[in-house]
Amino acid sequence: MAEATVVHDLPGSAHAAPGAYEAPFFGAYSKKVGMWLFLASDSLTFGALLFAFSYNRIYTTPWPTPFHTASISNATIMTACLLSSSLTMVLGVFAAQRGDRAWTRNWLLATMVFGTAFIVLHGMEWTKLIGEGLTLPGFPKPASAASGELADISKAVPQFPATFFGLTAMHMLHVTIGVIYLGVVALRKWFLPILGVLWLVGFLMIPSDNVFHYGIHALLIGLVLAAIILFLKPKDYDAHDVEVSGLYWHFVDLVWMFIFPLVYLMSTKIS
Amino acid sequence: MHDVATHDDSKGQYFWVWGALLVLTAIEVVLAYKQVFQAARMLEILLILSIIKSALIIGYFMHMKFETAIMRWMITISVVACFIIMYFFFFPDAGRITTLGVK
Repeated sequence: MAEATVVHDLPGSAHAAPGAYEAPFFGAYSKKVGMWLFLASDSLTFGALLFAFSYNRIYTTPWPTPFHTASISNATIMTACLLSSSLTMVLGVFAAQRGDRAWTRNWLLATMVFGTAFIVLHGMEWTKLIGEGLTLPGFPKPASAASGELADISKAVPQFPATFFGLTAMHMLHVTIGVIYLGVVALRKWFLPILGVLWLVGFLMIPSDNVFHYGIHALLIGLVLAAIILFLKPKDYDAHDVEVSGLYWHFVDLVWMFIFPLVYLMSTKIS
Repeated sequence: MHDVATHDDSKGQYFWVWGALLVLTAIEVVLAYKQVFQAARMLEILLILSIIKSALIIGYFMHMKFETAIMRWMITISVVACFIIMYFFFFPDAGRITTLGVK
């Protein structure tokens, strides 16, 4: 790989001949700087969503507090999953740096398992809340969502479901992209059939009245994009790629550290 | 300067960071459950804890602590400046609406 063969800090490099290697401004290889710049822009996306949530929350009084013990417990376990996935990701980066391909793959797969657990737990939480009446205006509602505490909230304060689903859906999408990204880095083309099977099983097993019956198609889109990337640039991912994918994954974890307290803990209902 | 983060890492510190993040999360949950503070004060405390957690994640897990000073400051200042601008766009108006009498 080009970046790995570059010799940094050449003596007198500041006055080197035209065309000679120039040390990077940020002191890091280009892929890492590129990922940091993307993450900076993505943090503004989430920042805007969180500010919009807070804006709605401040001017809407009283703001609903519908999350009982079950929801908070579930969200706490989801948080622990993401934090643990960050640890396994760091261990994967270390394994990649010492050239241990087997453990790099194993730690990345462990990270993917934690990420998938987060998505599944979040999907179950969504399904439960929608079934109990937390729905968006204009979207189809299940029969069970006609009445109840959450149905009343959806009618009286539509900002609540709008901000809740908007923020958490954006984050869930990022986690899904992260799992696919790590799968491609860990298993390369061998990940594609696995992703295809997951999409098909999910599509066939999730009931048609569940929102994830259609949401699972995100995996199909991810499959097509990953296949195009692997076709155009079939390569063996190295320690740089693992570290850059780790940056993305930790960012997903980082964003949840704000969504969890703002969206869940500040809407806790202790009965 | 380094290509990959090959600084003198001991894996132990990452386990400590992970433990600290879990403990801070547990503190957040307990504070919310016990409802120790009023809503506004609770929001401040939860946000402070979240900023500490995000600093740990960015500094250690994302290795920002080990990057060059120019990279650390360029990224941090640009993002924080945008958040400050967003703050002044959103919150004065949200506060204004609460005093307009729309009940």
